Amino acid sequence: MSLFNYSLFHLLVFPGLVFAVPAAWFFMWVERKSIAMMQQRIGPPFMQPYYDFMKLMGKQSPVLPGFAGKMMKAWPALAVMTLLASLALLPTAPHGIGFAGDLILLATLLELPSIFSIIAGFTSKSLFGEVGSAREAVLGVANSILFLTALVMIALSAHTFRLSEIATAAPTPMRVLGIIAILACIPAKLRLNPFSTANAEQEIYAGALTEYAGPDLAFWELAHGLEWMALTGLVACIAIPPSGNLVLDICSFVLTSFLLVLVFAAISAGTARLTLNYSVRLYCTWGLVLIVLGFSSALLMRIKI
Amino acid sequence: MNFIKRIIKNARGKSPWLFHMNTGSCNGCDIELIASLTPRFDVEQVGIKHEASPRHCDIVCVTGPVTNNAVNAVRAVYGQICHPKAVVAIGSCPASCNAFVNSPMVAGPLSNHMPVDVFVPGCPPRPSAIIEGIAKAAAILAERDVEESIARSAKHEAERKGATQ
Repeated sequence: MSLFNYSLFHLLVFPGLVFAVPAAWFFMWVERKSIAMMQQRIGPPFMQPYYDFMKLMGKQSPVLPGFAGKMMKAWPALAVMTLLASLALLPTAPHGIGFAGDLILLATLLELPSIFSIIAGFTSKSLFGEVGSAREAVLGVANSILFLTALVMIALSAHTFRLSEIATAAPTPMRVLGIIAILACIPAKLRLNPFSTANAEQEIYAGALTEYAGPDLAFWELAHGLEWMALTGLVACIAIPPSGNLVLDICSFVLTSFLLVLVFAAISAGTARLTLNYSVRLYCTWGLVLIVLGFSSALLMRIKI
Repeated sequence: MNFIKRIIKNARGKSPWLFHMNTGSCNGCDIELIASLTPRFDVEQVGIKHEASPRHCDIVCVTGPVTNNAVNAVRAVYGQICHPKAVVAIGSCPASCNAFVNSPMVAGPLSNHMPVDVFVPGCPPRPSAIIEGIAKAAAILAERDVEESIARSAKHEAERKGATQ
């Protein structure tokens, strides 16, 4: 399969558009349903995220005058597009060659939706939106240091920045540390408890998305589901080496992502929201421990070689 | 086109998002409304979700007799909700001002300020009655499209201005 055909298949079919949108709704349902079951409730019906999306698509959207209004509409669409592009880069089945440095592009694409959401909060000119954006920016800086270092650790352990080679490389202690560091960053990236200070539902209205409604909010909801997919999918691709069998690889990708969604939903249901100061301190101190451990193991590997 | 409209109509009835507004209530109805959203009643199984921002909601649940201080806030919040929207008046206060009728501090009932779709009587009403009221509002909302909702709000605004002149 040529690089163009491979990229097109990944972008449009699997794990791209055709697979990602229903899967994003499914993961959002799994999150809500598992939290409901942990609280001994029945929870939402299977089709609930789809109903929510369709309802929002049929609602009116507030119109902000001028350039800010146009940008407010652009941010959620851009977030969805960058997440679909990041999903297309994941080294899952069908396995292609990728390109040198695609890990760097993936890291950029995974950071962009958060940046769009921060700018969206400021663009909306809502006081609560601005507070939510400021919180997200602070928390984003704290966890991005650890997240990006984790990706570098994984790349160093495989001696390459090419995702397809990283996925097939032999596991090392540094790679395990990198995966643990990524897992530690996921709750903050998905704005889940205990790191939900950014959207802090009810506390600061709806954070950066306070002023969003209608189709724009529907796209933000979809972007959240795609973020679930991209981040859990990234861990699935790095943690589970590909077998070469198309069906088996797709099943392992979906199953690992599903299990990770269950784990993060359990953490979210079982913890309370931490304050911003404490969240940042947690990432800076324990993150630093992981970073030091990771890079010292990289140094030891070099000495051994 | 009709097919898409039918899908959206179906979804609208199954995904009512609420915004709770207190317009000077004694908190009795607020406690019952929050109780109806607890895991004991599990309203999420019919798609009901409590939203923090009025921009996100479809149904506004209003408690209290609408005090003079709350009038501007009531109108501002109603204006912030995007069409189509529905209003549920919870308790006897928004329906008739209840014990505060003829008080100079009260500008109620609620129907003077926004078009109410469902009244849930009681002082306070039970959570099961509130959930039934919200379900009725969701059924009304499913049948209401954007144009109809805009026309309904405009008609009420014209009637209100006519009554004050």
